[in-house]
Amino acid sequence: MPFPYRTGFTQFLRGASKVKKVFTRPMSLKDTPFHYCPGCGHSIIHRLVAEVIDELGIREKTIGVPPAGCAVLAYNYFDVDMAEAPHGRAAAVATGIKRVLPDKLVFTYQGDGDIAAIGTAETIHAANRGERITAVFVNNAVYGMTGGQMAPTTITGQVTTTSPGGRVPLRDGYPLDLSEMLGIAAGSVYIERTSVTTPKGIMKTRKALKKAFMVQMEDKGFALVEILSPCPTNWKMSPAQAVRWVDEVMTKTFPLKVIKDVA
Amino acid sequence: MAGKVLMRGTHVLGEAAIRAGCRAYFGYPITPQNELPEYMAAAFAKMEGAVFLQAESELASINMVMGASIAGARVMTSSSSPGISLKQEGISYLAAMELPAVIVNMMRGGPGLGNIAPSQGDYFQATKGGGHGDYRVIVLAPAYGQEIADMTRAAFDMADKYRTPVMILGDGMMGQMMEPVVFPEPLDPASFPKKDFVLDGCQGRPSRIVRSLWLDTNLEEELNWRLVRKYEIITEEIPDEEIYLADDAEVIVVAYGTAARIAKGGVHRAREAGQKIGLFRPKTLWPFPYEPLKRLSRKIRHMVVFEMSTGQMVEDVRLAVEGRCDVSFYGRPGGVVATPEEIARVLSGVYRRLDHGRGAAAESGHTFRSVGSA
Amino acid sequence: MLLKIIFSGFGGQGVLMMGYVLAVAGMKEDKHVTFLPAYGAEVRGGTANCTVVVSDNEIASPIASSPEYVVAMNYPSMIKYLNMVKSGGTMFLNSDLISEKPAREDLKTVSVPANSLAHEMGNDRALNMIMLGAVNAVAGIVSEKALAEAVETVLEGKKKTLIDTNQQALVKGSKYMCSGCGS
Ligand SMILES: Cc1ncc(C[n+]2csc(CCOP(=O)(O)OP(=O)(O)O)c2C)c(N)n1
Ligand code: SF4
Ligand SMILES: [Mg+2]
Repeated sequence: MPFPYRTGFTQFLRGASKVKKVFTRPMSLKDTPFHYCPGCGHSIIHRLVAEVIDELGIREKTIGVPPAGCAVLAYNYFDVDMAEAPHGRAAAVATGIKRVLPDKLVFTYQGDGDIAAIGTAETIHAANRGERITAVFVNNAVYGMTGGQMAPTTITGQVTTTSPGGRVPLRDGYPLDLSEMLGIAAGSVYIERTSVTTPKGIMKTRKALKKAFMVQMEDKGFALVEILSPCPTNWKMSPAQAVRWVDEVMTKTFPLKVIKDVA
Repeated sequence: MAGKVLMRGTHVLGEAAIRAGCRAYFGYPITPQNELPEYMAAAFAKMEGAVFLQAESELASINMVMGASIAGARVMTSSSSPGISLKQEGISYLAAMELPAVIVNMMRGGPGLGNIAPSQGDYFQATKGGGHGDYRVIVLAPAYGQEIADMTRAAFDMADKYRTPVMILGDGMMGQMMEPVVFPEPLDPASFPKKDFVLDGCQGRPSRIVRSLWLDTNLEEELNWRLVRKYEIITEEIPDEEIYLADDAEVIVVAYGTAARIAKGGVHRAREAGQKIGLFRPKTLWPFPYEPLKRLSRKIRHMVVFEMSTGQMVEDVRLAVEGRCDVSFYGRPGGVVATPEEIARVLSGVYRRLDHGRGAAAESGHTFRSVGSA
Repeated sequence: MLLKIIFSGFGGQGVLMMGYVLAVAGMKEDKHVTFLPAYGAEVRGGTANCTVVVSDNEIASPIASSPEYVVAMNYPSMIKYLNMVKSGGTMFLNSDLISEKPAREDLKTVSVPANSLAHEMGNDRALNMIMLGAVNAVAGIVSEKALAEAVETVLEGKKKTLIDTNQQALVKGSKYMCSGCGS
């Protein structure tokens, strides 16, 4: 951004940090203001991932693989080694890194378009191989970065710029539940779906992320946390409306639950 | 002027495609061309029998294009540089199967993920084949809103006439900018002649095959030569260019697309300073208009090639010129858009050096590297 | 004539529509026009801007590296474009959201309280057309008639009252300038 712009979330954090010391910046985040829109889930999720990396004390042995998507600049925020992947290929890139450096921890950070459309093949095969990586799957039901087109996870009836009359399954396909599909893959060990729209949801997400990293640390197999995340900008809602939409509408198609846990 | 509308390039392209009888579109979002699939989605939703599908990737979408073409539709896909790289595999198959299709590339800064600013770094990829194997793709390069409309119509006609993929090569600026446009009358797809390669069930005719696997090397060689014969006809029939203020020119700037309109602005400024400078703008990049450029090279002293890249078309210019005049290059890669003033400065510099007699020959082959924005 | 003008503000201020209406008005007068909106990542974070070029001749570049006019609807926009405006050019400021004057002596500045004027009209959203009316009154880029017609074209198919309001807003903006300049 050419002018000093701070997202609502960062401001919220900064404001809060004056009162209580709970919200100090995690070591695994740089002191760079997020470029995300006000009310965007990416900011919260970045923070949670960073907190978990801090807590587990793995900052110096973690390699992150951000996608093409609104989080493409994640390497500006995470203070860990980061390797940019081509759109959809994060699981493949992460596989390459992990195979060469089996003692390091590798996570991918991917949007729904990235992981469940263009990268479906890579993701399913990584899960099926039981690749020891942790996938952070940010589901905002649209292609955020490119301006709100229909995503594989766009729910039935949802209006996007490429489903202007609402998603019609027999024309546009059904919303894809990639996490359930990955649950079937024998190599996946832990898969949970959470949201970041309530304090409770945020705590749950943090716990799930921690577990997903621990599964990798214990060398058990593929772990993924799918996080329902508001995109007020492309949903054309206020941040408050977007939060409500996740809770009341999106969770009907994508219920919050542990999908698989054989850890 | 009647019927004039102000529309952005991507929308102009979409509307012109529909008016050309395009009834199938497959794509995958990528900036800076998203408004084109969005336009097609909205328009096709209201058109009986028209197909819009957002695929899960560019790999998938180009293969869907292949299917639609085999089924006889006038079909289009669009993307920007990284996505076009993914489509190359499919484009090679389209060329091999001799299937008509229109592919739009609104180029952005590269290599890699690059950026989303206008750029011209995909010239080699577009004009020299792009994918594997011995083939060419017709490449049209519009520089104005009106030309986007006209060339889109031409692209569909050429694709069908020559049974070959045709690429419209624009850039982020061409796609995003709005200019006044007048559209041609719409065509009715029902009025198109039947294509004799279409697979639509062999009712009342022998069954057909569309293929690209020729294990018999003699047959594969024959396919290659057949393509070459077709390309020779295309090279004969369609090269097109704009030649501007060249009659008395001593220096010519060669540029295409967005770079050409900026170069033209530079030419105007140089002319105001009394310098005899003109413009050569290829409108078809493959086939490249070698002949007219060759003729021009006989009567001028110096050509400056300006591209929004590190120098790709300049190689074709050298092939056309064959040493008959000096050729130098000025480039702004990476998504930087030069200003007309900047180009005027470059051209004037070259022009002034001409007056120092034959010493100018020492400049031949020189690449001006711009440091920062001039 | 070759005029380059940048409109800038935050999303929801109708910044793109300002440029679009001006470009359509130019087209109606058979001038050469280009309209270039900012796109992609540039528009994340809620900012909006566009560039309009109006000319009697073919337009080389739709980008304005040194525009004659910049219209800043909020403070960050003023800061962003301050150094770009051509020497001797004009900055139009939405004085309801910008209290400072730009720190450049070689520029003219024109302050228009667009939010207040819109509020006065009973339509807070009309601030963009008020500003455009004011800009055109000062810069004389197109005729008032062409601007009014452009609003009709741009809002074609929308409610008549909406078109009327926007046209009235153009007039209000231009009147504000004329009372301001004492004519
Ligand atoms: C091969 C290729 N195709 C298309 C793109 C353009 N592109 C960038 S991000 C993206 C999708 C973003 O959606 P998602 O993965 O859901 O992430 P979000 O922005 O919503 O967080 C697309 C299509 C690209 N970078 N590369
Ligand atoms: S467009 Fe959506 S996903 Fe992207 S930063 Fe804005 S709110 Fe977040
Ligand atoms: Mg998404």
